[in-house]
Amino acid sequence: MSAEDSPAPVTIVACPDGPLLVRGPAQIVDAEGKPVHRSRRTVALCRCGVSTIKPYCDGTHKLVGFRTDPQPEQQSRPQSQLQPEA
Amino acid sequence: MQRTLDAAREALDQQPDVGTDDDLQLALLLSYGLSYGGVVECDDRWEWHPAQVAVRTAIEDLFEQQLRERVEIGELPHPDAESVAAYLFAATAEDSGPSLSRYLAKKATREQATEFIVHRSIYTLKEADPHSWAIPRLTGRAKAALVEVQSDEYGGGQPSRMHSVIFAKTMTGIGLDPSYGAYIDRAPAVTLASFNMMSMFGLNRRLRGAIAGHLAAFEMTSSIPNRLYGNGFRRLGYDSEVTDYFDEHVEADAVHEQIAGRDLAGGLAEEHPELLPDIVFGARACLYADGLVGAHMLERWQAGASSLRAEETVTV
Repeated sequence: MSAEDSPAPVTIVACPDGPLLVRGPAQIVDAEGKPVHRSRRTVALCRCGVSTIKPYCDGTHKLVGFRTDPQPEQQSRPQSQLQPEA
Repeated sequence: MQRTLDAAREALDQQPDVGTDDDLQLALLLSYGLSYGGVVECDDRWEWHPAQVAVRTAIEDLFEQQLRERVEIGELPHPDAESVAAYLFAATAEDSGPSLSRYLAKKATREQATEFIVHRSIYTLKEADPHSWAIPRLTGRAKAALVEVQSDEYGGGQPSRMHSVIFAKTMTGIGLDPSYGAYIDRAPAVTLASFNMMSMFGLNRRLRGAIAGHLAAFEMTSSIPNRLYGNGFRRLGYDSEVTDYFDEHVEADAVHEQIAGRDLAGGLAEEHPELLPDIVFGARACLYADGLVGAHMLERWQAGASSLRAEETVTV
C-alpha cells in the first residue's frame, strides 16, 4: 500500500437484467436509518422487487423475466455485432 | 502400483461409460483426494508418484472425451463479458430437467432429505476447493473475480462462516457424520462424477476455461434451488442449525452468479477468446453432470428405492 492510497471507493454495478452489485464501505440502512445486517463484503441489492430477502437479491428476478433497459455500451455496439450470423 | 495401472488400462480398454462407472469414479476420487488431502491415509508422496498420475490421467482422458461427446456446445456468444454472461444466464435458465429442488421443497421424506445431504457431502465438505485450483492459472479481471467469490465461500476471514463448515453443521444437525469420506462407499458414480469433473477441470491448467464456466453455471443454478431446499428442510421440521447452509446460499449465490458470469467467465473470454469454447463446455458440463445426479435421485425415489448404494458387503 502506498501512502497516497485512499479508502476504497464505493462502486455500484448495475447488472443488466439483474441486481445492483455493491462493493466498498457503503452503509445499508432501513427507512429509519438503522443498519441492515450485512454478512458479506460484496452484496447484491434487489431492483426487480420480488426478492424474498430484500433489500438483498435472491435471484428470483430470473423467474419473473425482469429486464433492465439496454446499457449504453450495448446501444452503441457496432451494428455488425447485433446482426445474426448470415 | 503397476498392477493398478494395468487394471485401469484394462478397464478403460472396454470403453466403459466413465461417468456411471463406480470403480473408475472411486479411483478418480481417491486420486484427487491425494491432492486435496483428508481423503486417503497414506504416504503423501503418492500425490506425484508417476504411476498414480498415470492412472489418474488415463481415466481423465476417457472421462473428458466422453463429456465432450455428450455435452452440446452449440453456437458460441460473442467473446465480450456481457454477451458471455447473458449467454450463460440464458443457458442455465433453459435447463428444464426434473426439479430436485421442487421435490425437496414439497414432497421428500426425512429419509430422502438425508440421502440428498449424503450426495451433497461428497463435494460440499470441500466446497469451493476444486475451483480454487484455478486461481494461479488466471490473470486480471477473471482472477480478481474468482478470488472475490472464493473469499466469500471461505467465510470472508471467519472460519465458522466457511461454506464447508456451515454444511458440516447441517450434516450434524440431521444426524450424519460430517467427516470427509464417511459416505464415499454409499455415493453412486454420478455423484462422485459431478465432483471429480470439477477436480479435473480445476487441476488441469489447460481446462481453466472449463472450470471458470463451471463455476458460473454452478452459481447461476444455486440461489433459487437453495431457497427451495431450505423450505424443504423447514417443512420437515428442521431448525436454522440445519437450514443456515441453504439460506446463506440464497443470498451469497445471487451475488456470486453476477461476479462469476460477468467478471470470471466473461472477463476470461474477453482476455482469452480462444478459451470461450471451453468456458461454454464447462458451463454445459456442469448442467449435464448435476442433471444426472438430480435425475438419479428422483428416479430412485419415485421407484420407492434408496438413491444410495447398498451398504458394502466386502468380497475379495
